[in-house]
Amino acid sequence: MESFVYIFMGAMVINNFTLSYFLGLCPFFGVSGKVTTALRLGLANIFVMLITAFCAWFLNTYILIYAPYLKIISYILVIASTVQFVEMVIKKLSPDLFRALGIFLPLITTNCAILGLAIFMTNKGYGLGQGLIYALGAGAGVTLALVLMAGLREEAELSDVPALMRGTAMNLIIAGLLSLAFMGFAGLFSGA
Amino acid sequence: MSDLNSSARAYTEFAKGIWKENPVFVQVLGMCPMLAVTNTAINAVAMGAATLFVLVGSSFLVSLLRNYIPKQVRISTYIVIIATFVTVIDYVLKAAAPEVHRDLGAFIALIVVNCLILGRQEAFASRNTVKMAVADALGMSAGFAFALLCLGGVREILGSGSLFGISLFGPNFEPWVVMILPPGGFIMLGLILFFFSWLEQRARDRRARAALEGGA
Repeated sequence: MESFVYIFMGAMVINNFTLSYFLGLCPFFGVSGKVTTALRLGLANIFVMLITAFCAWFLNTYILIYAPYLKIISYILVIASTVQFVEMVIKKLSPDLFRALGIFLPLITTNCAILGLAIFMTNKGYGLGQGLIYALGAGAGVTLALVLMAGLREEAELSDVPALMRGTAMNLIIAGLLSLAFMGFAGLFSGA
Repeated sequence: MSDLNSSARAYTEFAKGIWKENPVFVQVLGMCPMLAVTNTAINAVAMGAATLFVLVGSSFLVSLLRNYIPKQVRISTYIVIIATFVTVIDYVLKAAAPEVHRDLGAFIALIVVNCLILGRQEAFASRNTVKMAVADALGMSAGFAFALLCLGGVREILGSGSLFGISLFGPNFEPWVVMILPPGGFIMLGLILFFFSWLEQRARDRRARAALEGGA
């Protein structure tokens, strides 16, 4: 039985979803222009990941033991529709929260980090509690990567970069350096 | 005559995916699998082949059914079709090549959310005949596989001094390990994109110069 702290830190920094598993790169490069937007996207991500962990646990426990070949299809369909449903509920109950999460909520559903979370969680055999902690850690890790990246890009806007290097090429190299820094966490827990 | 025309057009649709509209280098789609599985050339080829199967299969089915799929639920329908093909290739690889399946791990299942595939269904297969859709899918996946192989080859040569598992430089080569680790993927793809935009810039300059000289 792995401890919750280990699961949380492992998902957040050691095996950061964005920087060491390469999951969810589209929003990582697409929406990391400003720190405030990045933070909101990150929060929406944590939220969707928590729902995903719950859905994945539910599917694994009650449905997929009878029909394992439906795994991929059911994950993506159930997660997408649950997120849509929760989005409608939030819109009714708390318009403020809805505005804060904004357009990112529906977009995140088709993000590979979400499906990746469901699959990794299943592969590791996590139960509901561990799964939720794992989702929280992974979401926090994605948020951390997004905010750091946005900060670096805001700085890079002001610096003199060769015209050919601007855009995706430069962002990729910044991400590479960030990922290099995150590799320093690899030995945080012995045997990790 | 019309048959000849349609063959020529099918060829154009095929060819554009490899270079002019290359999904990775030009459209910057499908980045996640691109970076995650390219630490060796073999993994890159396996990923390219799996994507080819899923993309061609789902483009074929989507364009075959394009007149029957209601507009409102088309995206979900595409996702179900794609997910079905992904499940098939997942089980096939597990049975036929368990080692490759283990190396690629969750990334086989994650082909479902590769934006390249859904993008082609929405932008192309749902509006064109079966023949064109398959040609387009073949071209796009060839372009994707080409990009995977570029990145995978370079990373394996630099990071382990081998290509397709065959050692290239002998025992004295000091491998540049960071290249097969995650940071190397980001940095190498950045450099490759840089190289491509340099090529493009050079071609543009040359055209501009030719136009100038032609005008004078």
